[in-house]
Amino acid sequence: MQKYSVFNLIKNAFSNHENWDLAWKDPTPKKEYDVVIIGGGGHGLATAYYLAKEHNITNVAIIEKGWIGGGNVGRNTTIIRSNYMYDDNALFSEFGMDLWRRMSQDLNYNVMFSPRGIINLAHSDAQMNVYARRGNSMRLNGIDAVLLNREQVKEIIPMADFSENVRFPIFGGLMQPSAGTARHDAVAWGYARQADSMGVDIIQNCEVTGFDVSGGKVKGIRTSRGDIKVKKIGLCVAGSTNILAEKLNMRLPIETHLLQACVSEPVKPVLDRVVTFGAGHFYISQSDKGEMVMGGDLDGYNSYSQRGNMPTLQHVLTEGIAMMPFLSKLKMLRTWGGIMDMSMDGSPIIDKTHIEGLYLNCGWCYGGFKATPASGWTFAYTIAQDRAHELNAGYNLNRFNTGHLLDEKGLGTKTWIS
Amino acid sequence: MLHIKCPHCGMRSQNEFSYGGDATVKRPKLNKEVSDQDWDNFIYNRKSLRGKHLELWQHLSGCRQWIKVERDTATHEIFKTMKANEDEL
Repeated sequence: MQKYSVFNLIKNAFSNHENWDLAWKDPTPKKEYDVVIIGGGGHGLATAYYLAKEHNITNVAIIEKGWIGGGNVGRNTTIIRSNYMYDDNALFSEFGMDLWRRMSQDLNYNVMFSPRGIINLAHSDAQMNVYARRGNSMRLNGIDAVLLNREQVKEIIPMADFSENVRFPIFGGLMQPSAGTARHDAVAWGYARQADSMGVDIIQNCEVTGFDVSGGKVKGIRTSRGDIKVKKIGLCVAGSTNILAEKLNMRLPIETHLLQACVSEPVKPVLDRVVTFGAGHFYISQSDKGEMVMGGDLDGYNSYSQRGNMPTLQHVLTEGIAMMPFLSKLKMLRTWGGIMDMSMDGSPIIDKTHIEGLYLNCGWCYGGFKATPASGWTFAYTIAQDRAHELNAGYNLNRFNTGHLLDEKGLGTKTWIS
Repeated sequence: MLHIKCPHCGMRSQNEFSYGGDATVKRPKLNKEVSDQDWDNFIYNRKSLRGKHLELWQHLSGCRQWIKVERDTATHEIFKTMKANEDEL
């Protein structure tokens, strides 16, 4: 594989950049694979990469219905953080933070990881107490957390509304300085390029139409480009999880919902952090191009439409303007939506299933993008070793039966409530 | 914006309603032995497929009644609405 470096950049400049290798091939599916990963999104591509890199399993195919990186990895608001209170979530995410920090070097691909810090705003004394508790839990798990008072927040984000007579005055906030953002498409492409170079077949425009399971064991899959014999299958299809589970006669604690995001027109640098509103659900950062990147609530009813509806967008942006009034002067550039695999306790599932050779990776709710490297790493481990790593042991499917839920937000099973 | 025909009030904007989830989920019978699987299916497990979906909505800013709506989860087309105690077809 051609290394991306400044020397190769200069060298290729002499041939007008017309002789670069393709970043990944377009192979025809083989008849048989050791592992097939269904879903060529961030998690699927990362899983294939770590299967090859960490476990030396390279007879692997990624089967993608559309094109790689065309789903949620290309539709998110690029936020990376590990500001969780529960041990299972905190340790898993912090392991991921470490992979994020090394990712550009590891993949020889600039993912533009920008650890600019995230501030969760608090709007009452009670919320400050809750944040102090969460911050303490984070620090016990070795994650950086700083509780900021009103004046400290004002110093960092002076453009927020600090007037006294507003409905939700800013009391302070909880900051994770090491959190940040990354270029989401680059993450998908970087993983794809490296996985491909280690022998993984990336098969696009190939829909999985059925499974061949006999004697409680995976034998193969049926696709729009022919049948494939396979020993192990990893399901990494986010919002389409229920559609494939139906073909396997499985019912999962997952509902598919639509989440919108939007960007404003580009403006000069104004916001150098990720900020979330504490009295609702709204998050914002500024991209390198200058666009304000914003997101918030689910549309609120089961949806596969991949495009949003106005009432939710209006509601979310109302929160944004309450927090940062200058946003009302900006024009909207683009809005879009992606379909989320909302789990019934708000935490993901990375586990084996009752079918031998079938592995499940789903339930990422609002937080799939930041989990990409840790999810790929632990899912690859689970597939290769046929057991969960201690990092994803808490993300088992059985917890819904035993009651060991990971309900970080305390919302219960109404996934559409935010 | 969805327009939902409340069986009590007529056609209204989506903004007047709040969502209540899958209407086909039934609580296991009272005073009967319930298997773990049945209970999990009631509490957690959902079909949530692409296409026709029978779901509960409450006309919160209107008559406050719960209603059933049959809607396509991909196109948002609403096929029919009925009172909460009415069964489909």
